[in-house]
Formats: sequence, structure tokens, C-alpha cells
Amino acid sequence: MIQILAFYLFAIVVVLSGVLCVTARNPVHSVMWLILAFFNAAGLMLLVGAEFIAMLLVIVYVGAVAVLFLFVVMMLDIDFTEMRSGFAKYLPIGVALVAVLAGEIIFATSAWNAGGIPLGDAPTPDPEAIPNIQALGLLIYTRYLFIFEGAGLVLLVALIGAIVLTHRKRGDVRHQNIAKQNQRRPEEATVNMKPPVGQGVEL
Amino acid sequence: MTGSVTLAASVPELILSIGAMLLLLVAGWRGDEASRGISWAAVALFVAASVSLIGAPSHAGIAYGGLYRADAFAGFAKLLIYIASAVSIMLAPGWFSRTGAMRAEYPVLILLSATGMGIMVSAGDLLTLYVGLELQSLAAYVLASCMRRDLRSAEAGLKYFVLGALASGILLYGISLLYGFTGTTQFSGIHAAIADRGLSTGILFGLVFVFAGLAFKISAVPFHMWTPDVYEGAPTPVTAFFASAPKVAAMALMVRVAVEAMGPATDAWRQIIIFSSLASIVLGAVAAIGQTNIKRLLAYSSINNVGFALIGLAAGTPEGVASVMTYMTVYIAMTLGSFLCIIRMRDLDGAPVESIAALSGLSRSRPGLAAALAMFMFSLAGIPPLFGFYPKLAVFGAATNAGYFWLAVAGAVGSVVGAYYYLKIVKTMYFDEPAPLLASSDDKIEGGLIALSALAISPLGYLAIPVLSAATLTAAKALF
Repeated sequence: MIQILAFYLFAIVVVLSGVLCVTARNPVHSVMWLILAFFNAAGLMLLVGAEFIAMLLVIVYVGAVAVLFLFVVMMLDIDFTEMRSGFAKYLPIGVALVAVLAGEIIFATSAWNAGGIPLGDAPTPDPEAIPNIQALGLLIYTRYLFIFEGAGLVLLVALIGAIVLTHRKRGDVRHQNIAKQNQRRPEEATVNMKPPVGQGVEL
Repeated sequence: MTGSVTLAASVPELILSIGAMLLLLVAGWRGDEASRGISWAAVALFVAASVSLIGAPSHAGIAYGGLYRADAFAGFAKLLIYIASAVSIMLAPGWFSRTGAMRAEYPVLILLSATGMGIMVSAGDLLTLYVGLELQSLAAYVLASCMRRDLRSAEAGLKYFVLGALASGILLYGISLLYGFTGTTQFSGIHAAIADRGLSTGILFGLVFVFAGLAFKISAVPFHMWTPDVYEGAPTPVTAFFASAPKVAAMALMVRVAVEAMGPATDAWRQIIIFSSLASIVLGAVAAIGQTNIKRLLAYSSINNVGFALIGLAAGTPEGVASVMTYMTVYIAMTLGSFLCIIRMRDLDGAPVESIAALSGLSRSRPGLAAALAMFMFSLAGIPPLFGFYPKLAVFGAATNAGYFWLAVAGAVGSVVGAYYYLKIVKTMYFDEPAPLLASSDDKIEGGLIALSALAISPLGYLAIPVLSAATLTAAKALF
């Protein structure tokens, strides 16, 4: 009973915040609604027992992607009213795409339910015996260790690439010299002056 | 298999990746002044990795629970890759010193790309294949646009990146279909599933998508569109790299997927390979005729050569696979040699020259360079007595023995058409009125490398046939 209640709560909030995300006038508010949608989708995932995906949604999507969106929205000067101006014009195309996709999904699921697709059976662990986070961890860090490390190298290359392609030396930057700062003594930095009455200080 | 044995199987990748990270630290610390030293250290790492290919652990067979294969085929392909990558590093400092500062990250990126290529040719699983391919490609995208201030270089990098991402998407779609319909990502598992249950429509779709993704990487028609633009725009040493090492890696990967994973479906993929090889030969030969830029011309030449190598794969026999590896061996010698000659082309101010017209009368101003380039062109055209004739003979022989005589005939006709534009360059150099003088060069490394590759494709190369055919046949047998 409580599960059904929780499902309807999460589901309604996801749909509502999705609609508000699209319709909100202020782009920052849109991102906020998006974050709310992510949190509630994570709740839905927990309900079906996919706790790993729930954690991914919170950590990756809320923690990284949404914050990145927020940065982009706040940093870049995007004219959102102009972007929205074509809304009515492109609406039929969007609706047509939605109709095609929905039709495909219905077709694929009914074909699946009719048993028309002979898929190979992939070995999956018993969810009663081992929680799925543990099962994934076991696979990633033992059997697929080689690929995991390879993926790490791919990320390293992405990092190098970003720096190689965007970093340039600028001559007019004054870097902080911590050693010099630490060596500085009060007697070098301050001078004791005794200005005579009626005259300014000569430095 | 114990953990230590498993690690030992992948020693070449460990040497290259750990070495690359150390050199990256040096590059970060010392900056671009250290790039010459880093380049030589990277070459030393390639030598060390090649040496580690010899000996027992590299032939350990299956490692990491089937993800990784260390067999004679992978060893042979890796040797070619390491040689080509080392040459691409050695020819860079001279070229970059004339056109702009050499970046210290260049050798590091080539090292990481070569690590990815090693993972590709050793793949025993679709996941390993994909990670290796991405590591290789991502480093290549950065290399293509590493001269940021040059508009064409940036364009080449962007174009390569967008199209490469599309190809990766196609490949991944194929991989997901194969996994869905066979229930495994291991090559041996897919092989067994096709042999047991036959080739279902789903598996066939997956096969087509995987081959399409791989055909992009070897730039076989109809997935070749990016090649001329990227080759023209990328800095010449990078183009030399693109045309050699990644081609070998992707070709070896394609052969391994075709034989090891799709062996029972040979009849299905053979049609794809035959179409792709004939289309590549014809398009590579015809489209090259109108080119005025020598790098674009060599891009079409590489498309053309990939077509010939695919004829060997279409045979689907151990002999055919051996002929593919023979072809790639001679191909990298010819291609690297041609690019070394192009690197030497520059006007008196030191700016690189890429137009074919600038080669006019080169035989009178620079007889040595003209003779070397003429040799590479004759060899690429497959004209005997030069060594470029032998691999063509090998692939045609393999196709004939597998019962595809007509394919060999079609390939031979294509090679005659292709000979036209190679000979046109020779004619430009030897019979046309001299163009403005090209600057002379005394770079000992470039000169030595040109001499070495010219020696490899000279008629003396025929002396190496017993060794080469024994090695390629051992490599090919490892797959069957």
C-alpha cells in the first residue's frame, strides 16, 4: 500500500516538474524543476529495486549534469525568448516525432510480449542472492578490470586533449609566488615615518 | 590463469601507458622545450614494447577472462603499429620546428593512441574492442587539430571528431544488437552462438552495423568521406600517422572480428567485404585523378590500398588473412616513405608546400628526393620489380585460391586504373618544366628514414619474403 502511494507521489511530481521545466519562463527555474524531476525519478528507481541507477541519477545527473546546466544557463548569455519564438512553428514536427516514437515503443513492446524476438539469454545474477550494486562492483573491479583501466586511459586522453586544445600561455598574467610571499618580513614591507606637522607623507 | 600471468600478457600496453603517463609529467613540468627529449623517450618506449612482444608471455593466449588475446596475430600487428608510431614521432620535431613550436604532448598522445591500437588488435571481446577503438580515436582527434592556429587543422579535427563519433555510435548499436541476440560480448561466445543457432536476422543486423563502424576506421568506401579532408587539414606528421598505424590496427581488428567472432557467418560478411573492397579500389583510383593537393591524393591512395587489402579478407582463408597482413606491412613502408618525402617539400621561406604542381621538375633540382618519391609512387601503383607488387600478388593469389578468380581480375583492372595518377606524379617530377625551387634539407633523421623505407620497398625487399610469409602465416593461423 505504502509502495503504491510512494509510486503515485513520485510519478506525479516527476510529470509535474517535467512540465514546469519546459514551461518555466526563467531558465534558472527550469533547471531547478529538472533537478526535482531527477530526484523523484531516483525515487521511482528505488521502488523497482534498481538502487544503482537511483544513485547514478542523484550523483551524476543532479550532482554533475544539472549543476553544469546551471553554470551554462547563468554564465552564457542565451536569449531564451528568441529560442522559444519558433515553438509554435516546430510544434507539428515535434508532435509527429512523439507519435512515431510512441508508436514504435508500443509496437516493440507488443512484439516482445508476443515472443517474436529470440534473444540470447545473458547470465544475470539472482537479485535475491546479491544486491545489484555489489554484483556490478564485482564485475567491474574483477572480471572487467582491464576495460575499466582502459576507460580510465580514455578519460586521461580527454583531459589532455582539452588542455592541449584550449590552454595557451598568456604573458600578462601575474602568478602568485608563495615562496616570495612567505619570505617577506615586516621590516621590508613597512616603513616607519614621522611626517612633520602640516606636510604629507613622502613615500 | 593466475593474476601475474594475466598481467604479463599485456606487458606492451603496460609499458606504453605507464611510460606515457611519466612522459606526461615531464611534459607538464618542463613544458614544450622538453619535447625533443620526450620524443626520443617515446621512441625508446616503442622499442621496449616491441622487445616485450618477443618471448613467452606475449603468446600466453587468452588473458583477463577472455577479454584480451596475446597471440601471434596480435603480436605481428602490434609490431607494425609500434614501428609506424615510432616513425611518426621521429619525423615530427623537424617538421614542427619549421612551422611552429612542437607540442610536448604530441609524443604522449601518439603513445596513448598506440596503447589503444594494441588493445584493439588484442581484443577478445566487443567491450575491449570498443574501449581500444575509443582510446585510439580520441587521441587521434586531438592530434588532428593540434595546430590550433591553423584553420584547416581545426576543421580537420572537428570533422574527424563528429564523423568518428557517428561511426562509434553505429558500432555500438551493432554491438548492442549482437549482445542482445547472442547473450554474450565475447568473440568466442558469438562464434559459438552463430554456429549453434544459426544466423538470425538480429545477429545479421548487428554484424552489418559492426562492419560499418569498422569500415569507417579503415576508411573503406562507402565510409571514406572524411579521409581526404582530414588528411589534407591535419599537420603532415599527423597525416603520416593516420595513414599508417591506425589503418593497420583497424584492419587487424576487422580481420579478427570477421574470423574469430563471425567465422560461421563468413558467407554473410563476405558480400559486404567484396562490395566494399571493389568500391574502394574504383573510387580510390578514379577520385584521385583530379586532385591537386598531394596529401588529398595520398588519402585517396590509402582508400585504394585498403580496397586491395580487403580482397585478401574476402577470401576468408588463413592464406587470405596472411596476405592482408603482408599487404599492410608493405603498405606502411610505402605510405610512410611517401609522407616523409612530402614533409621535405617546402618553399625557400620554410613554409610547407602541398600542391602537386610544386613538384614539377623536381628531378633536376632535388634528384635524390625525386628518385625516392618516384620509387614510392611506382611501388604504390604495384609495378614490378618494386616490392609493392608482391602484396598485390599475394591478395590476388589468396582470392584465386579461395575460388574468387573474378574478384582478383577486377582488382587487377582497378590497379591499372589507379596506376594512372601515381605515374602522373612521376611525370610531373621528371618531364615538366621546373617550378620554383624547394628548399633543400639536411635533416639526417628524415633522410635516413626515407632511405630505409626506400630500401624496404626496393627489389631487395623480395629477399624478406620467406621471413614475411612465415610470420604472416603464423599470425593468420592463430585466428583459425
